[in-house]
Amino acid sequence: MVGRAHPTITNNYLKVISMIPEIGHFALIIALFLALCLGVLPIIGAARDNAVLSGTARPLAYGQFVLLAVAFLCLTYAFVVDDFSVLYVAQHSNSQLPVIYKMSAVWGGHEGSLLLWAFLLGAWILAVAMFSRHLPGEMVARVLGVMGLVSVGFLLFMLLTSNPFDRLLPAAADGRDLNPLLQDPGLVIHPPMLYMGYVGFSVAFAFAIAALLGGRMDATWARWSRPWTTVAWVFMTAGISIGSWWAYYELGWGGWWFWDPVENASFMPWLIGTALIHSLAVTEKRGAFKSWTVLLAIAAFSLSLLGTFLVRSGVLTSVHSFAADPKRGIFILSFLVIVIGASLLLFAWRAPKIGLGGKFDLLSREALLLSNNVLLSVATASVFIGTLYPLFMDALGFGKLSVGPPYFEAVFVPLIVPMVLMMGLGPLARWKKFSAPELAKRVRWAFASAVLIALLLPLTMGQWTAMIALGLLLAFWIITSMILSLHERLGGHGNFMQRARGQSLSYYGMQLAHLGVAIFIIGVTLVSGYETERDVRMDVGDTLQAGGYEFRFNGATDVEGPNYVAARGRVSVSQDGKLVTELFPEKRQYNASGMPMTEAAISPGLLGDLYVSLGEPIPDSAGAWAVRVYIKPFVDWIWAGTLLMGLGGVLAVSDRRYRMRRKTKLTMLAAEGK
Amino acid sequence: MARFILPFVIFMILAIFLFVGLGLNPHEVPSPLVGKPAPAFSLPQLHEPDKQFSLQDMKGKVWLFNVWASWCTACEQEHPLFMELSRRNLVPLYGMDYKDKREDGMAWLQQHGNPYTLVVSDAEGRVGIDYGVYGVPETYLIDKQGVIRYKHIGAVTERDLSEKILPLVKELQAK
Repeated sequence: MVGRAHPTITNNYLKVISMIPEIGHFALIIALFLALCLGVLPIIGAARDNAVLSGTARPLAYGQFVLLAVAFLCLTYAFVVDDFSVLYVAQHSNSQLPVIYKMSAVWGGHEGSLLLWAFLLGAWILAVAMFSRHLPGEMVARVLGVMGLVSVGFLLFMLLTSNPFDRLLPAAADGRDLNPLLQDPGLVIHPPMLYMGYVGFSVAFAFAIAALLGGRMDATWARWSRPWTTVAWVFMTAGISIGSWWAYYELGWGGWWFWDPVENASFMPWLIGTALIHSLAVTEKRGAFKSWTVLLAIAAFSLSLLGTFLVRSGVLTSVHSFAADPKRGIFILSFLVIVIGASLLLFAWRAPKIGLGGKFDLLSREALLLSNNVLLSVATASVFIGTLYPLFMDALGFGKLSVGPPYFEAVFVPLIVPMVLMMGLGPLARWKKFSAPELAKRVRWAFASAVLIALLLPLTMGQWTAMIALGLLLAFWIITSMILSLHERLGGHGNFMQRARGQSLSYYGMQLAHLGVAIFIIGVTLVSGYETERDVRMDVGDTLQAGGYEFRFNGATDVEGPNYVAARGRVSVSQDGKLVTELFPEKRQYNASGMPMTEAAISPGLLGDLYVSLGEPIPDSAGAWAVRVYIKPFVDWIWAGTLLMGLGGVLAVSDRRYRMRRKTKLTMLAAEGK
Repeated sequence: MARFILPFVIFMILAIFLFVGLGLNPHEVPSPLVGKPAPAFSLPQLHEPDKQFSLQDMKGKVWLFNVWASWCTACEQEHPLFMELSRRNLVPLYGMDYKDKREDGMAWLQQHGNPYTLVVSDAEGRVGIDYGVYGVPETYLIDKQGVIRYKHIGAVTERDLSEKILPLVKELQAK
């Protein structure tokens, strides 16, 4: 009896297991249905004052999240068990791939990235549904509804043109392997972080649209969306930094930013997001810039959408992928036009009623912040033009072009200088109106010491150039004006600790983030001013002098990795005859794809990195290689700076003002309980 | 009121342009420079900066003039074709390293191979302006009288080379 029952159970079990991709597919379809309800019912409910319809928002948000999580897990499962009967898995994985990369391969291609996007959007919707108890019901209904509509667009796009669960029958014997560039810890976390940022801007967007729909354009919507925007910005900052750090150690060229279209696609929403954070602060505190802030919230998310699509559709690297699948291209554009067009139309209709809000003088903190906002927007526009110009030229048949770093550097530096100068003044200036002579008197010592440091410091480092002095002036102006601000707020007689505690966490967060900008500028200035790059042929035993170090090439040997073979070079670095470190750069060749990869060897340090990477073996020689030796002073300060910016954002979000409401409510409940 | 509709208008113009761009087929665009004498220049050589190279040096020859840069990713696409072209020795290929640092340009050639008979360095991009460089890469075919006969914007493909450029080279060389 048992003997007969057993195979049936096993068979049923196997049947379910073999259907997991279909379960994922099915979960996506139901999630689309729930998203559709979420996008329609609560918005109607809010418009008609119908509490039942509005009340559907939360349960629908929870349900949608669960289904998206199921779909995401199903695809992850297909990757982990090497189910090469799923087309997407066969295209982006391989049985030899280490498990951690099998899991991250889920977002290694177009279809899976969309699934990750949709899943993270579901998670943000869930978070808004959970942490919005203190908001008015109709506002919550509208916000969740708008996010539901965005979700509809993504799920439709995925199901109609880019289904990650499509089958490949008969199944492939083995997969084509994940792009070796993506087989790296940095790339395991970079896309989820970045997408958290992209998708996170949808919350600010939804709050702005909800406010436009409801016609309530007071400062409250700004206060509600501020923490969400900051959190999204923090994720985005982290995501971009990790990507840049990855490019530095993985690409083998020692650069940290290439003005590549894909990088620009993430940089644009970051810039506008930065403007948005500052603009939201003014709208909340002073009631000013109301319509401008709404426009920024729409722009930040629109650029996130555009960025995702530009990167994921492959239009930027090759316009021909558009032509190869015109359905995708048309869908993408239609979706963008509907979302962005409808938002801007709504803006045009409702914004005139918003009013201008609080008045301010030409010399005021508001005016400084507004100028910074404008500069950030101009910077974004210049990146936008530089990124899309080659795309337009190609689409119009002019062929492929690169605009390249010369353009971006030429337009960016002139914008950064006034931006940073105002950044120092902003936190010191008064709201509404300040007197210029009075402010000048307050900052004179801070500015004079920044100038002095900028003029003298390069002399101690070997070479004085105007660009280095300018970069240092900007960085030290931020630092000295920050010290001045701290001194004015915390200095004087009496209890220092009490005054220090009296400042809000968002004040410290702002200063920390600004300090991050200073550290970042120091890193950029010093590495571009003082780096040494040597590109030489080295025979076994050859030595090279660079930046006070001696690099000795001890030859390369073959080593074997889990799914690649590599030539591993040995380079010993010494200073004044003493061995400092040994470096092991690799040139890998991946088995499945045959793709070569450069793994640079880096010895990091507070004052600079030693960076060695292998170029190509020299043919017809006894083990000689083309070797790149870079000395990168202060390069890690770049990422230390972005880390501080992110931490500043975290501090600002932790400000107790944002939790006050909940606490008051709890006290009220407790009081009632008594 | 009008200013509030402005973002929408700008966005729609952009969107229309993108839609039109999607439906367009690649086609040749006439350049005002084609059929005119190539703008004169004299530039330092990339590998020996104290030596100059000028347009006069090429009188009486049919040659290709390719504008490239180490920062240009599209240049890597056409580069293998040029390596092949220089092996076949059909037409002399001269390069102009555009808005680039000298060391970067030389390192790039060392890594990817140097197909050029000679490379000049246009670090400031002045000559690029005379030649109406839109972006990099661009390639010019110049005849014995120093007249531009063909201009290619963007990376040269195998088809461009075998169907357009090389037949034209043969025709011009026979003249």
